[in-house]
Amino acid sequence: MKLPPFDYACPTTLPEAVQLLATSNGDAKAIAGGQSLVPMLAFRLAQPSLLVDLRKLPDLRGIRISAKGVTLGAMVRWRDIEDDERLDTAHPLLKAAIAHVAHYQVRNRGTVGGSLAHADPAAEMPGIAMTCDAEIAVVGKSGAHVIQAADFFQGALTTALTPDEIIVEIRLPAWPAGRRWGFEEFARRRGDFAMAAAAVFYDQDANGKAHNAHVGVIGVADRPLRLPAVEDVLNGRAIDATIIAKAEAAASAAVDPQDDIHASAAYRRALVGTLVERALKRAAA
Amino acid sequence: MRTVNSLIGSPIERLEDLRFLRGRGQYVDDLARKDMLHAAILRSSVAHGRIRSIAVAAARALPGVHSVITAKDIGNRVPRVPMRLQPLPDFEPFGQPVIAETKVRYVGEAIAVVLAETAAIAEDALGLIEVEIEPLPAVADRRASAQDASLLFEDKGTNLAIKFRAVRGDAAAAFADAPYVRRESFRTQRHMALPLEPRGLLAEWDAARGRLTLSGGAKVLFFNRRTLAKQMGLPESAIEIVENDVGGGFGARGEFYPEDFLIPFAARHTGRPVKWTEDRREHLMCVNHAREAECDVEIACKRDGTILALRGHAYVDVGAYMRTNGAVGARNVAQFMSGPYRIPHIDVDVALQLTNKTPVGTYRGPGRFETDFFRERLLDMVAQDLGLDRVEFRRRNLVSQREMPYQIATITPFESKDEFDSGDYQTTLDRCLDEIKWTEKSKLAGKLIDGRYHGLALGCFIEGGAAGPKESARIVLEPDGLYSVYVGSSAIGQGLETAFAQIAADALEVTIDRIRGVFHGSTCYVDDGYGAYHSRSVVMGGSAMLDAAKNLREAIRAQAAQRLGCQPSEVEIVEGSKAVGPGGKSIALNGLSSEGISAEGAFLNKKHTYTYGAHAAHVAVDAKLGHVELVDYVVVEDCGRIINPLTVHGQAIGSVVQGLGGAMMEHLVYDQEGQLLTGSLADYLIPTASDFPNIRAIVMGDHPSPINPLGAKGAGEGGIIAAGGVMANAVANALSAFGAQPRELPLTPTRVWELAQAPRK
Repeated sequence: MKLPPFDYACPTTLPEAVQLLATSNGDAKAIAGGQSLVPMLAFRLAQPSLLVDLRKLPDLRGIRISAKGVTLGAMVRWRDIEDDERLDTAHPLLKAAIAHVAHYQVRNRGTVGGSLAHADPAAEMPGIAMTCDAEIAVVGKSGAHVIQAADFFQGALTTALTPDEIIVEIRLPAWPAGRRWGFEEFARRRGDFAMAAAAVFYDQDANGKAHNAHVGVIGVADRPLRLPAVEDVLNGRAIDATIIAKAEAAASAAVDPQDDIHASAAYRRALVGTLVERALKRAAA
Repeated sequence: MRTVNSLIGSPIERLEDLRFLRGRGQYVDDLARKDMLHAAILRSSVAHGRIRSIAVAAARALPGVHSVITAKDIGNRVPRVPMRLQPLPDFEPFGQPVIAETKVRYVGEAIAVVLAETAAIAEDALGLIEVEIEPLPAVADRRASAQDASLLFEDKGTNLAIKFRAVRGDAAAAFADAPYVRRESFRTQRHMALPLEPRGLLAEWDAARGRLTLSGGAKVLFFNRRTLAKQMGLPESAIEIVENDVGGGFGARGEFYPEDFLIPFAARHTGRPVKWTEDRREHLMCVNHAREAECDVEIACKRDGTILALRGHAYVDVGAYMRTNGAVGARNVAQFMSGPYRIPHIDVDVALQLTNKTPVGTYRGPGRFETDFFRERLLDMVAQDLGLDRVEFRRRNLVSQREMPYQIATITPFESKDEFDSGDYQTTLDRCLDEIKWTEKSKLAGKLIDGRYHGLALGCFIEGGAAGPKESARIVLEPDGLYSVYVGSSAIGQGLETAFAQIAADALEVTIDRIRGVFHGSTCYVDDGYGAYHSRSVVMGGSAMLDAAKNLREAIRAQAAQRLGCQPSEVEIVEGSKAVGPGGKSIALNGLSSEGISAEGAFLNKKHTYTYGAHAAHVAVDAKLGHVELVDYVVVEDCGRIINPLTVHGQAIGSVVQGLGGAMMEHLVYDQEGQLLTGSLADYLIPTASDFPNIRAIVMGDHPSPINPLGAKGAGEGGIIAAGGVMANAVANALSAFGAQPRELPLTPTRVWELAQAPRK
């Protein structure tokens, strides 16, 4: 459980950081809060030759809120989100989801960019990114570009990032007032990785019908999922008990979880339905 | 003159706390020595296989590596880890070599030891050792073990280590006439003690004097010294084992493990101090596992609920080797399946099956947690069948006070006879029912309220204590008039220093500040000691201390008599500070002897104490999540004469929490290849501060034990023993609309959800 040997660099500019990653033949790792990477080093599941510490890069910090939406710098920590009262209205779903991330010691260190790059299939931030059609801005040796969340997550601990790329920020589209939403997570203990979680939101028209429904789940596949089949159940309908029951069934039918040491596939399938149902009840309340 | 004891029974704060709270505890990993080497251990990643080759040259060549030790370096026949308890000849062929010789038999078994200048370099070098292992089919569970298709020990021709049998009366005859019989199978899962501080050792070899000092000892230091002396070919007197502060024991820490040989050997081999600190992953795969038991049992009753007989079979997965106390859990599964209940006819056998998994040992309430789950589940099923009230059914069958001492089932082949010493089992049951408000809460049973089903359950238990044969103590009146207390039992976090200071001060008739210190564990304090297990430290060590105090007071009187010119019988010791002779002539004790006066004491005992009590739980089950919320939990126990109600209460609460961990979450999961899948605390789930906030403990001291002068009984295990059965019964009660009958632990969300999948009645 001692860390393997590696070199360490702490660049002060983004180009310098990209350069360090680009010249290490894919053998370097960027480190932000270290809450996933350091345990992986301790278990020697990761043995990079170089750690590039992002802590001195000023461009990666800060939460910006504008008419276009919420932008989270990659080095924003969970604690920054929890403490930002503007987010109560600017993005309540984000705030509710992040409250489930690990324990406060981890929340003081763990970062938005680190979680996205690590891409744990049960992590909340990737789930919110998927559910909310987020854009992930990255910079690499060929310059800056934007990756849609739907293209970013490619499998368990696998993303579209190339070894020289660093996440700069994540942009969540604007959150209109009056949007209905719910977030439900179940973990065996508070702060554990989610057995599953569901994030839902929709907007309502003048007749009380839902549109623009977004339903995302984590913990049931190799990456966070959107569930279009459930969204189809919701769009154009008033969200009542009948529709919620249909959505629950559609959610269970839409996922194909595997057995693992913490839960059976059948249980997880039912759990996703239950969490979608409860999130929708909360949204409709 | 003080004639009344006032400290025993007082809730005085732990003397240890100030030291710990100020960060002045000293754990073995806090120790460092000049020129110290760090050890890292290469462990088998294969569950079962034959070692073909071990190539260490590359590891040895890594800068900073001093040496690499394998079985070849140790000698002709690698020493075995001995059986400390039940050392039957039957177990000898299944002993664990302290380092793998020809075969590996579990994932985590030591293959090589690297010694390097830093722990990180030592770990780097592990990756450079090349081991070739020819894999053999892994024996992954007790069923595969019983088939004997793949053998752990080919010479023996069987994977069955031994079969114990618990017998009382004539079960066959009782079953032949029984009006009601129910047969059931149950299973408890492999889990472990998991002290928060992993193990650690620091060995120092003094070549000039031929002496070894080993720090990091715990629990049973004298036994470990005897073992190590034999293995290293040293006289016992050449070895000192030092007890440091420990972050929890719970049965697992301090037993003799392979490292207890390997690290001292490495120190002698290299001539340098060697330190090894176990990491969490090693801890999960190397420290004794426990609790993996199954049973297939039948109970016979009269229609009025009088239990007639119990018979059947139990199976314990003991892992790859029989080591130290690995047979205790299995024995207890059979011997204590009847619990505190009057079951006149018993015939239960238990097979100890070897598998390619980590060897087992005792964990707080060994065998008792498992067997109480089996029994208390069975009792609820019987009550339901016979239309009896769960409480009255139990009440009718509890052993009564007038039956004491009550003979329980005898174990063969080693004739372990045992009896309950004393107590009134009805009183703890009544108190428990009162505390949880059973009558009022019974109205909630099975009800769906705000989306959750409420359930209520209770169970009764007994907890053995006071293992013999002996404990030793020594008290010294120091020249300055203060008293130093030395004991042979060990501190594993149970507040030993506080309890012994209370006992010694009362016995010496002094205030507690006159006790200079309680010195325990390390092999240098008394000639012999038996340590901390089987809830014995206070009962045995405390009783030895009474003897030492009596002897010391006699020695003081004799010395004072010489100075006062009278007979010892004419001397009175007043307030522990002066000796008064005839005519009021007196002498202060702090001037009595320039060397101090020392006296030893001992307590010898073959009988056991039996603490007893009851648990009750109120749960609310979210059937769709499979989540069980603990609304209220009460444990009531009577542990005889209470030395310190505060520490006993703390132990009871902690014990319940551990029991709830075993009931609800803890599980060491293996796959069919014998790979441990729960290798970190992210996957091996233990209760944390927010999981079970609602636990209450009531400790009574109404029935002192008649078998020791203190009247004390063991404490600290009662909270864990009934937890599995009670939680399972509470879930069954909550989900009674679904006909839920849990037969297996832990009660994971998946399992609880499955129990609620049947159509509602």
